Amino acid sequence: MAHNVEKDDVTGIETTGHEWDGIKELNNPLPRWWLWTFYACIVWAIGYWVVYPTWPLISSHTKGMIGYSSRQDVVDKIAEAKAAQAQYLDRIEVASLADIRADTELLNFSLAGGKSAFAVNCSQCHGQGAQGFVGYPNLNDDDWIWGGTPEEISATIHYGIRSAHEDTRFSVMPAFGKDGLLERQQINQVVEYVLKISGQEHDEAAASEGQTVFAEQCSSCHGDTGQGLHDLGAPRLSDAIWLYGGDRQALRETVTNARFGVMPDWTNRLDEATIKQLAIYVHSLGGGE
Amino acid sequence: MDQASQAASQASVSSAKVETIDVDAVNKKEERSLYKARVKIYPKRAKGVFRKLKWLVMAATLAVYYLAPWIRWDRGPNAPDQAILIDFPARRFYFFFIEIWPEEVYYLTGLLIIAALGLFLVTSLAGRVWCGYTCPQTVWTDLFIWVERLVEGDRSARIRLDKAPLSVNKIARKTTKHVLWILIGMATGGAWIFYFADAPTLLVDLFTFQAPIVAYSTVAILAGCTYVFGGMMREQVCTYMCPWPRIQGALVDEESLIVSYKDDRGEPRAPFRKNMDWDTRGDCIDCNQCVAVCPMGIDIRDGQQLECIHCALCIDACDEVMTRINRPLNLISYDTYVNHERRAAGRPEQKPRIFRARTVIYAALIAIVGLIMLAALITRSTLDINILHDRNPLFVKLSDGGIRNGYTIKILNKQHEIRRFEIAIEGLENALISVVGQEGTSGLTVPADRLAQFRVFVSVPAANAPDGREDFNFVVTDLADGNRAINDTVFRGPEQ
Repeated sequence: MAHNVEKDDVTGIETTGHEWDGIKELNNPLPRWWLWTFYACIVWAIGYWVVYPTWPLISSHTKGMIGYSSRQDVVDKIAEAKAAQAQYLDRIEVASLADIRADTELLNFSLAGGKSAFAVNCSQCHGQGAQGFVGYPNLNDDDWIWGGTPEEISATIHYGIRSAHEDTRFSVMPAFGKDGLLERQQINQVVEYVLKISGQEHDEAAASEGQTVFAEQCSSCHGDTGQGLHDLGAPRLSDAIWLYGGDRQALRETVTNARFGVMPDWTNRLDEATIKQLAIYVHSLGGGE
Repeated sequence: MDQASQAASQASVSSAKVETIDVDAVNKKEERSLYKARVKIYPKRAKGVFRKLKWLVMAATLAVYYLAPWIRWDRGPNAPDQAILIDFPARRFYFFFIEIWPEEVYYLTGLLIIAALGLFLVTSLAGRVWCGYTCPQTVWTDLFIWVERLVEGDRSARIRLDKAPLSVNKIARKTTKHVLWILIGMATGGAWIFYFADAPTLLVDLFTFQAPIVAYSTVAILAGCTYVFGGMMREQVCTYMCPWPRIQGALVDEESLIVSYKDDRGEPRAPFRKNMDWDTRGDCIDCNQCVAVCPMGIDIRDGQQLECIHCALCIDACDEVMTRINRPLNLISYDTYVNHERRAAGRPEQKPRIFRARTVIYAALIAIVGLIMLAALITRSTLDINILHDRNPLFVKLSDGGIRNGYTIKILNKQHEIRRFEIAIEGLENALISVVGQEGTSGLTVPADRLAQFRVFVSVPAANAPDGREDFNFVVTDLADGNRAINDTVFRGPEQ
């Protein structure tokens, strides 16, 4: 729309024709370099439309001249990374755990790979730092229910605990209270005895009664002195580490109703190399035997 | 002036002919506009003391820039032998005997502070010395104008050429000029990359097309920038893009030496005529030589202005004219505002005071920062440790009731040889220390000029477990020379 061209008296420059509170804006052009940059951007954008996928269509999108696809790019990069890792993974696949640990290169690769596999598959139950929660063992400490050598850890990961796998590690502690195997008083006595052997405050009289009950009912799995037995997955009771809590209340609950912790088997979910890396990583957390 | 030249200038007076140049300053006092399309400037060649000084400074700065990466410096094995090297892949900066690791970039901060203060100091002493002589924009623009003059001739020849219709001669000259500019640009970009890699190797790689793509693109970008900034944009960069002219006004005071025109002596100006009476007029003959030589295209007689870079070429131009017409020199000169005032009040000039609060404070600050940096450099240790305490879990309870904490200890060996260390702790009672993958805590090997990382477990028996947290130190000792690094960290246990 044409409007009357008005020139500012002082500067001799055309005004925009608007007026705000008596002030008129001058119609100064943009700096030329700015304009050229702007035009260059437009040309660039048009070029971009042609070369790269740009416009969404109803069921698809324009493909662009060079057929670039960011998704394909990612796929290629992953394949590239996989190929780069293959030289290590192939060796880990066939090497024994001991051999891997003896080879600095494979060891470092396994520690890094195991760490990331742990974060994806294991941290949900065992925690990001493998610190464990009630019912989910802390993997940093030096107490192992099923054994803490790399081979034993690997077996646990492969087959799980009380999982659906036929080779799973399996053990059942009787529910002494619920199933009526022990009287309430006997349960209390055996709990006092366990408090005693784990070095906690206890009732001495009840504990000595409990020792008899323990010898009859518990020692076949947990050992004469409560030292535990890896083969049966019977936890050591004479130490300071407790999976479900070691105070009077928690122990009474365990003896009365028993516990039934489950870990899935990973044989069919993770490949052999990943499981080996996981075993080595978990073993490296500091408590490995 | 000695006798001979005195005589020569006397002799020339009679035949004195000073060309009056038809040139307008780009920012004339009478009509300054906020925005104006660019007026092309054709700087005329100046001759004189400051021009010579500028050639010298140009030669020196360009020589430093182009040659510095080629200086060799023997650091022994396991280290590059280039005196100045920014080694990005290995994350090292080498400057002669100084070697800086990434965590020591505070040296760079110190250097920048010194550079800034240095700039403040020279500016408060003598105005925009930096802009006029040493700024890369000035140096390369000067070089490009020199090339332009070589190919197309001086001011008037260039104006004629630009006005002339297209001809073989014009195309040939213009093409030659631009090719030379681009070659200079490429040499400039080329020199830059030599600071980032072994120069001789890179030079060969560059010409055999073995160099990394980033080297070529850096050369291309810098060549382009040099060509556009030095050849095309020139004074526009200083006037419109650079923030420094706006800041410098605050650093100059009435005692600073600045390039200025003595209007008390020059005015009223009038054209030169033979045998006229100098008592009734000023010394300025309005020949516009000072405007014609100005690379910024301004008229210094309009007084101090933002565009003036204080290159002093107008002083040379004016002095040359004054010599020819046999008038005293320094109509345009380095002068202080105080003297302008004193002359106006009819008092004698005074020597510029160098020691003022401003300059003394700047100099003192430079000295302080310099000493701090020197002290830091002298006491720089070649052994450093970093300790990361495990956050998850914070601590682990062991089967015997003891508490164990995990640490990642990074040992930085800043010497160019393999070193072996021992890790110990102090300040934690009955603590046991073990290093993952090592027998014992001694003989931890760190390769030359590298960082090595160790997993360390510290455990204390239940009886000594701290309530919450306890501070203690890791001590890393060099087994060979007993050099020690001590770092404090924390041991955490359950709150009781």
